[in-house]
Amino acid sequence: MQVVRTVKYEEELDAGFTNQVASEPGGDAIWNCLQCGTCSAICPVSIYMDKTPRRIIGLIRGGFRDEVLGSLSIWICTSCYACTVECPQQIRITDIMYIAKRMAMKESQYQRFVVPAVEEAFVKMVRKNGRLTESRMGIKVVRKSGLRSGVAMFPIAWRLMRKHRMSLLHVERMQDPASLRAVLDALEPRHAPTAPAAAPSRAAGA
Amino acid sequence: MTGYLYYPGCSLKGSGAPYEKSLLAVFSALGQELKEIPDWNCCGATAYLSVDQDMAVAMAARNLAIAEKLDGQDVVAPCSGCYLSLAKAKATLAEYPDVRARVTAALGKASLPYEGRVAVRHPLEVLLTDVGPEVLKKRVTRPLKNLRVAPYYGCAILRPYPGVPSPQAPHSLEDLCRVVGATPVDYPNKARCCGGMLTAGVQSVGLRLVEILLCEAKAADVDAVVTTCPLCQYNLEVYQERICKAKGKDVRLPILYFTQLLGMAFGLDDHALGMDQLLRVPLVAPCAGVKA
Repeated sequence: MQVVRTVKYEEELDAGFTNQVASEPGGDAIWNCLQCGTCSAICPVSIYMDKTPRRIIGLIRGGFRDEVLGSLSIWICTSCYACTVECPQQIRITDIMYIAKRMAMKESQYQRFVVPAVEEAFVKMVRKNGRLTESRMGIKVVRKSGLRSGVAMFPIAWRLMRKHRMSLLHVERMQDPASLRAVLDALEPRHAPTAPAAAPSRAAGA
Repeated sequence: MTGYLYYPGCSLKGSGAPYEKSLLAVFSALGQELKEIPDWNCCGATAYLSVDQDMAVAMAARNLAIAEKLDGQDVVAPCSGCYLSLAKAKATLAEYPDVRARVTAALGKASLPYEGRVAVRHPLEVLLTDVGPEVLKKRVTRPLKNLRVAPYYGCAILRPYPGVPSPQAPHSLEDLCRVVGATPVDYPNKARCCGGMLTAGVQSVGLRLVEILLCEAKAADVDAVVTTCPLCQYNLEVYQERICKAKGKDVRLPILYFTQLLGMAFGLDDHALGMDQLLRVPLVAPCAGVKA
């Protein structure tokens, strides 16, 4: 039997991680956390998370970069803002989840999950057409999540098509999507804050 | 009143078609003008914010900049998700000067100066504040007596930028129910999340959230759930059969938009309200009894 160390040494943590998160819009109040757990209690999906919101905040504060960015929790967050409005320390936990999502996206720490892949497809589509076509997005979701989900979605799609609430032919788009792209292209991609001191990638898992 | 600028968002042009129909029908019945923002773009939703914040803000702000360029009237965003994206972009631009500098520069290149002058509002609040319950009540020709309704707000019009009064204990939908003569039941989870995009991304979790909301409404013995958001409406409506089958309990319920409830009481035509596009309509659908 192989015995492995389950606790990280301090040198394996990323000391700059907290500041990186705190410097992003919405991340500033993270230092105020008391670890009271109100966020985890109010969260409608914390019982499905691998790390509860309270733990995510604690881990960010401790510099556990890989544990946070590799967690499923940040992708389970539905962005309902219950934690944000209930936090007694005015920490915008939902915004911090978004900051973590953006960092994870940039560092590609997410391949095993469906949600980020779907979000990336969403962004691609709205960049191209300026708007979202739900049916096309649905097809992309099904392709990412496997054949079984496609079979399950078929009766729903069929009923919606019969009610003229979904169409496989219609593509919702702007008259001039290029006018939107002009705005977006004028911005520099800032998926995540540029690391103050770029941390070397670590092999240690969660 | 000079009317409002209308930001439909992508859902109302697709699965949320009954919402758009009933919204336009109700506003026109009240003589309120809704002018669609020309060549609007997607608000960015939650997805863009997970990828790039500046671009997410710019997406939403472009629509607001166009609105400013027109007459600067209030923007009415019926989709709660769009409402939140627009309100959040406005708040972010006001609060963070560096984001504002980058985003306004990008918008400036497209000759769309942004100053943050237009207000972003949800039609539920517009109807109850600007038009007012008294005027609405006068327009009711077919009171929806005996209709028990679960008022469901979802998240985005309440948190964190409340679009209706008292986000901790919202009452706008209840007020609206009383205006049309229906009975709003006590629905404790009225501000609980419907699952949002999780019904697509992590379906087992998303459907559990839907199930909780439907079971609670069912236990309150309602005739319908009334919603303010196309994603809530979609989640609560389309997965009913599947939940019934998987959980062996009956969660079938009509899920209406608040604009449809209002339109029904105004005596508007079912087709004009998109009632025929719902998967399930309440038994007391006014077409049956017509003329009060």
